[in-house]
Amino acid sequence: MNFSEVFKQTNQLCRVSPDGKYLATCVQYRLVIRDVNTLQILQLYTCLDQVVHMEWSSDSLFILCAMYKRGLVQVWSLEQPDWHCKIDEGSIGLLSSRWSPDGRHILNTTEFHLRVTVWSLCNKSVSYIKYPKACQKGMDFSTDGRYMALAERRDCKDYISVFVCNDWHLLRHFETETQDLAGVEWSPNGCVLAVWDTCLEYKVLLYSLDGRLLSTYSAYEWSLGIKSIAWSPSSQFLAIGSYDEKVRILNHITWKKIVEFEHPATINNTKAVVYREVEKRLTIASDDLSLQQLSMGSSVFNSQSKYEICQLPVQVPTVQPDTDRANPKVGISSLSFSADNRYLATKNDNMPTCVWVWDMQRVGLQAVLEQASVVRCFVWDPRRPRLAVCTANSKLYLWSPAGCVSVRVPVEGCFQVLSLLWHCSGDSLILIGKDQLCLCYMETEQES
Amino acid sequence: MTMPEPAYETKEICSVTRLLMSPSRQNSVPALPSALLLPKNYSVLSAFCTEQNVNQCTSYINQEMGSLGLCGLSVELCDGGEGLEAVSALNLMYELLQVNRRSQRALEEMENLHLRSTSDLEHLQHGHTRLKDQLEYIRRENSGLHEGERQLQLKIKTLQSCLKSEKEEVQKLQSIISSRATQYNHDAKRKERECTKLKERLNQLLVDKRDKKLVIEVSNTIGRSDGKRGLWKTGKAEARHEGEMYTALLTDYEARQRSLMVENAELKKVLQQMKKDMMSILSPKKPVAKGAVPEDSLEQVDADAEEEEEEEVCESSRESLEQSCEQAREQLTNSIRLQWRRLKNHMERLDSQASLAASQERERDGEELISRRVHEEELQRLRLELQQCRDFVQAQQQLLQQQLSSPCDEETAALLNDCYTLEEKERLKEEWRLFEEQKRNFEKERKSFTDAAIRLGHERKAFEDDRATWMKNQFLNMTPFVDRKRPAKSASTSASSLGAEPEAKVISTPAPLTKSHSYTAFNTPKAPISSRTPSTADLYRTLRLLPDNSCTRGSGKRGSRLDSSSVHSSGEHSTAKSRQRPPDSSLRSHAKDFHSPT
Repeated sequence: MNFSEVFKQTNQLCRVSPDGKYLATCVQYRLVIRDVNTLQILQLYTCLDQVVHMEWSSDSLFILCAMYKRGLVQVWSLEQPDWHCKIDEGSIGLLSSRWSPDGRHILNTTEFHLRVTVWSLCNKSVSYIKYPKACQKGMDFSTDGRYMALAERRDCKDYISVFVCNDWHLLRHFETETQDLAGVEWSPNGCVLAVWDTCLEYKVLLYSLDGRLLSTYSAYEWSLGIKSIAWSPSSQFLAIGSYDEKVRILNHITWKKIVEFEHPATINNTKAVVYREVEKRLTIASDDLSLQQLSMGSSVFNSQSKYEICQLPVQVPTVQPDTDRANPKVGISSLSFSADNRYLATKNDNMPTCVWVWDMQRVGLQAVLEQASVVRCFVWDPRRPRLAVCTANSKLYLWSPAGCVSVRVPVEGCFQVLSLLWHCSGDSLILIGKDQLCLCYMETEQES
Repeated sequence: MTMPEPAYETKEICSVTRLLMSPSRQNSVPALPSALLLPKNYSVLSAFCTEQNVNQCTSYINQEMGSLGLCGLSVELCDGGEGLEAVSALNLMYELLQVNRRSQRALEEMENLHLRSTSDLEHLQHGHTRLKDQLEYIRRENSGLHEGERQLQLKIKTLQSCLKSEKEEVQKLQSIISSRATQYNHDAKRKERECTKLKERLNQLLVDKRDKKLVIEVSNTIGRSDGKRGLWKTGKAEARHEGEMYTALLTDYEARQRSLMVENAELKKVLQQMKKDMMSILSPKKPVAKGAVPEDSLEQVDADAEEEEEEEVCESSRESLEQSCEQAREQLTNSIRLQWRRLKNHMERLDSQASLAASQERERDGEELISRRVHEEELQRLRLELQQCRDFVQAQQQLLQQQLSSPCDEETAALLNDCYTLEEKERLKEEWRLFEEQKRNFEKERKSFTDAAIRLGHERKAFEDDRATWMKNQFLNMTPFVDRKRPAKSASTSASSLGAEPEAKVISTPAPLTKSHSYTAFNTPKAPISSRTPSTADLYRTLRLLPDNSCTRGSGKRGSRLDSSSVHSSGEHSTAKSRQRPPDSSLRSHAKDFHSPT
C-alpha cells in the first residue's frame, strides 16, 4: 500500500473523472486537473469565485464548477481548454447544479425551489420545470441515464414526474400516496422507483417506470420512520434504514420484507466477528502534555492502533440521543451495498463508532467494526468486497471478509481523513482531509 | 342449704310435743325478755340461770329447743322443783351438741364453699377483666381499621377524582392536539398555497422582467454526446418514448422471467431427481414388504394401484415437464404429493413392521439375507429370551421350595396339603388294615407257636419221663421188652421232627424279628408251661403214646392233619407273600402318584 504526497484542496472538492483517467481538485477558485497515474497537472482553470460544487460530466469531457452565492455555473472542457461556458442564474439565485446524464445539459435548481432550469450546451436552449419539491432527494436519474424522476409539490399534494432525459419529454406524471414525500430513488435497473415518505410516517411506495404502483410497505406506525434507503446493485434488494435502529430488506418479487437487521447494543451473534480498534498512545507525562501537544500536535494522531477480535458478547458503546430535538441522532443514517451485492454496510447513529457489515447471502451479521472514534464515512470498493472507513484521524481502515486492517497515513503534519473516494478501478483510494488530499494505492493482485 | 332438712325431720318428730309446749311458750314469750335481760340486770352474777328462775329457764330452754326443732326433748324439772332431770337434760345436751357439731360441720363446709366460690369469683373477675381488656383492645383495633379503611376510601375517592381529572385532561389534550393538528395542517396548507402563489408571482416577475442576467455564455455549442442532432418534440417522438419505455420495462420483465425460468428449471430438476430417488427407494422395497407381510395384501393392492396411478401421473408429468403449463405443474405437484404420501405410508408401515413382525420377518428371511445388524439383534433377543426362561425356571423352583417348606402359607397350598393329607390318610388306613391283618396272622401264629412250644415242653417232659422210665427199665433189668422200645424212640424223633417242621414253616412267614424271637423261644424251653397245661400234657402223652397201637390211629390222624396244615401253611405263606406284595407295590405307586403331580 503506497501513498502519494499531499495536495491542497478546498471544500473537499475532489473528483475522479468517470473514465478514471483524471483527478479534478478545486483550490479556492482554481480548478486543477491531474492525471491519476502520474499526478501531473494537465490543466488549470480559473473560476470567477470560490467553487462550491464541482462535477464531471458523464463522458469525462467537461467539468462544471458551481458558485452558488453568485448564482454562477462555469463549465470547462478538458479537450478544448479555450472553450468555456458560463451560466448565470441571475437574481433568482442558485441552490444546486448538476449534470444531466448525457453530459450536455445542466440542471440548476433555483432558490426557494422555484424551478429547475435545464440548460442545454448543444443549442443554448433553456427550459424550466416548475414546482420541484424541496426534500431529501427530490431528483434522481436512472442508472442508464435515460430517465429522470422529479418530486413535485402542487396544491399540497405530492407528484412525481418522469422525464426522458434525451429530450426532456415528460413521460409520466402521477400523484403519490404520501403525506410529505421525502425522496425518490431509481432501482439500478431503472424499472422501479422507490418513493419514501417523510420521517413522521414509515411508508415506502414502489412505482413502475410507467407510473403503476407496484407495492406499498410500512413496518410500523406512530413513530419516526425511514431515515435512509439503498438499492442493491442487482436491484434485488431494497434496504430501508429507519429510526428504530433496524434495517429491513425487501425483495424485488413480492416487495415483502425478507429479513430485519437489528443493531443491538449487546452483540452475541456467534457468527459475527467484532473487531475493536485499540489505540496505543504514546505515554506523555501529564505536566508537559499541553506543551507536547502544542509542539507536535501530530503525535496525538500518529499513535498506533490495531484491531482486536473481541470475545462475545460485546457491549457496543452507545450515545443517548436527545429526543426532544429534531432529527435525533438515532437510527440507521447510512447504508450501502458492496458492488457484488454480497455485503451491506450500515451505521447506526446512536452507535457512532461502529460500522456493521451484514452478509446478504447468509442473511446475517458478518462483522462489526468498533472504532476508537466516530465513523465519518465508509465506502465500498467499486470492484471488490472491500470497505474503506475513516474516522477523522490520520488512519485508514479497511475491512474485507478476510479481515480488518488499520493503516496510518504517512503524512507529515496533521492530516485527518474526513472523506473517502474510490477510484473506479478500485486500485486507488483518495483520502480527503480538511484542506488536503492524498492518494492511497492499493496493492494490485499481480503484486500480491 | 343443708340446715333445713334436719329441722323438718325434727319438726315432724316433735309435732306432738309442740302441742304440749305451746302454752308454755305463750307464757315464756313475755318472760323471755326478762330472761334475756336477766344477765344484764344481774351482771354480778352474769348467769343465765339462777335458783330463782329455774322454771322460767327451763321453759325458755324448752321453748328454744322447740324453736330449734328439738321438740321431742325438753328439760324437765324434778318433782321436787329443785334440780333437773338428768336424762332429759343430757339428751338435750347431746342433741344440742349434735346440732352444734352439725352446724359446725356445715359452717366448715360453708366456709370451704365460700373460699372456693371466692377463689372462683376472683378467677372469674380476673377473666372478666382480661376479657374486658381484650375487648377494649379489639375495639381499639377495630376503630383503627375503620379509620384506615375510611382513609383508604378517601384516598380512593381522591385518586378516582384524580383519574377522572387526568382522563379529562387527556381528552382535552387530545382534542387540543387534534385541533392543533388540523389547525397546523390548515396553516401549512395555507402557507404552502401562499408560497406557491408567491413562487408563481416570482416566476411571473422573472419572466416579465426578462432578467438580463439570466444568460448562458457558450463559446461554441457542442454536439450531443450521442452525436445525433436534437429532435423536434412531436407526437411521433412521444410515441417513440412510450415505446422505449415499454421496451425497457419489457426487457426487464423478460430478464426477470428468464431468471425465474432458470430457477424454476433448476428446482424442477431437483424435484425430478428427488422423485426419482424416492421411486428408487420405494420400488425395490415393495416385493420384500409383500413377501414379508401377506396379511396386508389388500393394502398392498391399494398401494399397487396407487403406484400405477402415480407412475402414470409422473410419466405424464415428465412428458409435460417441457411444456411447463399450468396443468403439468398441477400434475407434478400432485404426483409429488402422492409420492410423499406413499413414502410416509411406507415409512409408517416399515416402522410398524419393524416393531411388531420383526421376529417373523427375521425367521422368514433369516437364511437369505441376514444383515449383520439383524443377526445381532436376533442374537440379543434370543439371549434375552434365554435369560427370561432361566429366570422363570428359577422362580418356579423357588416357589416350589417355598411351598414344600412352608405349605400352609397360602390357601391353595393348604388345599393342596389337605389333598395330600387325605391321600396319606387313605394310604395309612390301608397300611393300618394290612398291619391289622398281619397282626391277626401273627397273633394266630403266635398262639399256634405257644401251643407248639407247650407241646414241645410236654413232649420233652414226656421224653424225659420216657427216658427216665426207659433208663429205669434198662437199669432195672434186662427186660424182654427191649425190642419193643426201639420203634417208640424212632417214632418220637420222627414226631419231634414232624413237630419242628411246621414250626419252622410257621415261623418263616412272619418278619425275621419274630423269627428270632421264635428261635429264642425255641432254644429256651419254658419250664412252667409244662406244669401249667395238663390237658396238653395229656395230649402229648397221647402223642407219646404214638408207638402205641391203640393210639397210632389217632396220632396218624393227627400227623396227617399236621402235615396237611403244614402244607396248607406253606401254601398260605406263598399266598401271604404274594398278597403282601401288591400293597407294597400299591404303596409305591401311591408314592409315585404323590410325586407325579408336582
